[in-house]
Amino acid sequence: MSGRIKPVTTIAIIFFLVSAVAPLFVSSWATLFALILAKGIVVLGIILLLRAGQVSFGHAMFFATGAYTAAFWGKYVGGGDIVLFIALGGITSAVFGLFVGLFVVRYREIFFGMLNLAFSMVLWSLLEKMFHYTNGADGIRVPRPALLGLSFTPETFQYVILYVSLLIAVVAFYGVQRYLDSPLGHMLRAIKSNETRLEYLGTSARRVLLIGYVISAFLGGIGGTLVAIIQQIATPEFGFWTKSGEFVFIAILGGSAHALGAFAGAAMFECVRFYAAAHLADTWQLILGVVLIVIILYAPNGLIGLRQRYGQAKQGGH
Amino acid sequence: MNSTLAILAILDGISYAALVFLVSVGLSLIFGVLRVVNVAHGSLYAFGAYLAATFSLAIAPISPWLTYPALLAASIVIGFVCGGFIERFLLRPLSGQEDVLQLLITFAAFMIMDNLQRLIWGVQPIFAAEPLRLLPNVAVFGVSYTSYQVILLPGVALATLFGLRYFLRRTLSGAVILAVTEDREASTAIGIDAKRVYFVTFVIGASLAALGGALASPTTSLVPGMGADMIVLSFAVAATAGLGQIEGTALTALMIGLTRAFVIYLQPEFEVLVPYLLMVLVLLVRPFGLFGAVQVRKI
Repeated sequence: MSGRIKPVTTIAIIFFLVSAVAPLFVSSWATLFALILAKGIVVLGIILLLRAGQVSFGHAMFFATGAYTAAFWGKYVGGGDIVLFIALGGITSAVFGLFVGLFVVRYREIFFGMLNLAFSMVLWSLLEKMFHYTNGADGIRVPRPALLGLSFTPETFQYVILYVSLLIAVVAFYGVQRYLDSPLGHMLRAIKSNETRLEYLGTSARRVLLIGYVISAFLGGIGGTLVAIIQQIATPEFGFWTKSGEFVFIAILGGSAHALGAFAGAAMFECVRFYAAAHLADTWQLILGVVLIVIILYAPNGLIGLRQRYGQAKQGGH
Repeated sequence: MNSTLAILAILDGISYAALVFLVSVGLSLIFGVLRVVNVAHGSLYAFGAYLAATFSLAIAPISPWLTYPALLAASIVIGFVCGGFIERFLLRPLSGQEDVLQLLITFAAFMIMDNLQRLIWGVQPIFAAEPLRLLPNVAVFGVSYTSYQVILLPGVALATLFGLRYFLRRTLSGAVILAVTEDREASTAIGIDAKRVYFVTFVIGASLAALGGALASPTTSLVPGMGADMIVLSFAVAATAGLGQIEGTALTALMIGLTRAFVIYLQPEFEVLVPYLLMVLVLLVRPFGLFGAVQVRKI
């Protein structure tokens, strides 16, 4: 077991080092990598739920909650600090996740996905229609926050937010991998394989799933806050169902077998988008769709699965 | 709200419900048989609408009455070409794999179709109201309304409802589809070609979505994003009704159509909220939908 995880850890270290160093040479990469890391944090939450066999088709609601927490603070209180935003965004999303989770953990499979979708669409339409508070579809500008009281120029700030994202991503990556390897994480897996047996052991499957759900909402909120700070805006699009689809997409693209899949998928997704959008304007989704189809048909375990399959082939098909 | 507005709201609701029913029942049928939530369903609706508009704009100069067969032709073409392609080349290779992969591959199809639609038809709104203008207005309790929306659309919806009922419960092909739905292995063992059943069902479901779009095209301007809006709405209707429930889908579509129409007249800003709020409320009380049956937990 450990022999298989170690190379992945090496790749993870290389990936995080590259995202720390590469932007120093190409400054436009700072924002790109910050976005990759922020979205990877959200996708960690999706992977956690996938471990339990549940696909949330509404996780963008937590992403939007985090983003709007920062936006509302900026709009109604003014100023703000990155640390404060992230703490608030994460906690608000976790509380919201607890509220929604109490309802949705009773459902499985397609109904779990559908109910999540419905909750997120309710949030989306409120954000879009409560014009007086949210500016509707235009969204709310998020002013550039300080970090622990220090303020920065736009040029420095893109590096500040990059390294903040990197720090959180590393902590979240390590935390999620530890969680998935813990007894509680293994119970998540049991929900997927055989929930009834889990309950025969005297464990409440709903509680196990609820804990996972709140953690994943927390991660979604933090990722959303980071993206809102990076892009300096929060719009209802953050909570639209296609955004949720995008996160599940990234999770499958990267591979849900390991937490690294979240970042591998996010890196591939954002790079394809970054370059496709620059050259093809309106058709970058087309490229992404084709990439996704190829991955699903030829490497259903994602990028991480590809690597593991390669590794297994080297070990003689074991 | 006076009585004229109330009648207007009811008529709006009925004509809208007819369109929503066509799309949702296709989604529900596909889910019932293939166990796949087809995310590309909204794109099939949008493609149906755009192709129907293209056909009817092209044929209207020859004879305006030919626009009606053009709408039908467009939906069948989309159902066969796009629906057939998705089933044969995207879903079939994934049979037996995890459900999430099937869901995602239809999501990929949605992304591709959404962009193709922009490439083919552009982003400018398209109007093709010929079929709507041809039919006279009718007076319903003193309120004038287009007969296209208040007679033709509900008529097609009802014909589809009874047609599907008859097809599934009274014909041999229908029995074959139900047999595959109940137990794929047993039905394969007695010589039924399950792959063909999946293909035919998907094409029927896709054609219904495209038909919904084609019939909607004369009543609204066609814009990018219409597919994304329709897909969640039909999710909401199909899930609220209980997946795979044909009659339930009709009632739910009517319920959501009417509620939405009244909300538009009374509190327009909450229009988009209605279907999702209803879906949340219904699923919280009845986890498998209004008309859905409780599934037995397997050990």
